Amino acid sequence: MLGEPPRRGNPGIGYVPQHQSFDQDLPLRGRDLVQLGIDGHRWGVGRPSRADRKRVTAVIEAVEATPYADAPIGRLSGGEQQRLRIAQAIVGDPRLLLCDEPLASLDLHHQQEITDLIGGWQQRTGRTVLFVTHDVNPILNLVDRVLFVVNGRWAAGTPDEVLTSERMSDLYGSHVDVMRVHGRILVVSESTGSGFELEEPHHLPEIHAGGGPGAGSGAGSRKVP
Amino acid sequence: MDQLVHLLGYPFVQNAIAAGVVIAIVSGIVSRFVVARNMAFAVHALAELGFTGSAGAILVGVSPVIGLMAGTTITALFIGTLGVRVRERDAVVGVVMAFGLGLGVLFLTLYPHYATEAIAILFGTITGVSTSDVILLLVIGALTLVTLAVVYRPLTFATVDPEVAEARGVPVRGLAIVFLLIMAAAVAEAVQVVGVLLILTLLITPGASAERLTARPGRAAVYSVAIALTCVLGGILLALVTNVAVSVYVTSLSFALYLGARFLVGPTLLGREQRRPDLGAEGARAV
Repeated sequence: MLGEPPRRGNPGIGYVPQHQSFDQDLPLRGRDLVQLGIDGHRWGVGRPSRADRKRVTAVIEAVEATPYADAPIGRLSGGEQQRLRIAQAIVGDPRLLLCDEPLASLDLHHQQEITDLIGGWQQRTGRTVLFVTHDVNPILNLVDRVLFVVNGRWAAGTPDEVLTSERMSDLYGSHVDVMRVHGRILVVSESTGSGFELEEPHHLPEIHAGGGPGAGSGAGSRKVP
Repeated sequence: MDQLVHLLGYPFVQNAIAAGVVIAIVSGIVSRFVVARNMAFAVHALAELGFTGSAGAILVGVSPVIGLMAGTTITALFIGTLGVRVRERDAVVGVVMAFGLGLGVLFLTLYPHYATEAIAILFGTITGVSTSDVILLLVIGALTLVTLAVVYRPLTFATVDPEVAEARGVPVRGLAIVFLLIMAAAVAEAVQVVGVLLILTLLITPGASAERLTARPGRAAVYSVAIALTCVLGGILLALVTNVAVSVYVTSLSFALYLGARFLVGPTLLGREQRRPDLGAEGARAV
């Protein structure tokens, strides 16, 4: 990873986990969550330095979470919590950002906001984002390369290369049609008639390059050459 | 009042107050993590098996404080090694607690002459603590506080956000065991004041009250310690002048403070915190 053997807690990697709500009464503000992204792993009681506090404030500003950064985090909406999660992940200025289904359980509007946020950060910094998702559509216009995994089989390449009727039919082992409607992609199979987004009732764990077990999912990544 | 001043001159009262201060500080901080990590049941088990430990200690003629400490520590290690997953934990606590209490009954049967001591452990008698035990309590308390200071930040991270903490290299699993050992020491301490059966009044209530007062972690710790200090010192002093057991006052005070925090002071304080002036117009809108 990043030129080093894989190990736990590599500071060059930021991590946005699947959305899990915080307990309503948890005495923790969004600001504290972001602060933990800087120094949470260090021993000691730890009073944040002036520079750290400034940095936290700046990152919160960058994800537009300032209005609610001092409220108890458990009282915020899913989209607001997810913004603060992203702030927590990028506050350490990672070279690689891992996003594990950051859009799961968000409505379409918030999905778009979170996608724009991650895409915007990527464009400003030129860093790499690895994005695990069941639905490639929200990030389609941001993705450079897709790794599409179905039942342990996979296809990789640019979206245009991978998301074709032939490649998908090959992966699913039966004929499917890939259609582009209003810039979105629909994968429709003959047998079920269900679309790509409806195909998978369950969530997959993280998908590593080379393909993981389980059924259909896409991992997109974008890297500036 | 004169009576109180007079009483404060006695060594046993001074011992009780010295031990009480340390116990309250430890309880205040530990209780916040107990609440956040959902470990009320584990606290209860540690206390009851502390009883088994001290019953065993009395049986063989060792200080009950040492027996208590041994009981809670062994229990903590059992729970820590057997109850790895959260779902598993409560079951393991129940299993270990049942067996341990059985042992406690055995010790009681083997040595039936110490009903007073047994009651002291069950309901607490801080004013009966000997000077050597006070020193032991101070040492255990100081060690616990030092350990807590070292692990405080990663333990907070692992408590509120375990998945990301683990990804950042925080030894979440190891910290869970360290925290159980911290709890073991805190329980052994708090049992001195309120006894085994009323342990939750010091290891849950201060933390639970504090989180009703603030969303800021640092402030919550300060509030929690202040509440625990009020309960313990208030309890000791009231018990001295009225001759009713300390634990009665501690439990009543802590319950009253919880209700006050939850229904009287809390809503105002929390509301004010969320409308911070430096947020400007946007902040007001969000609230």
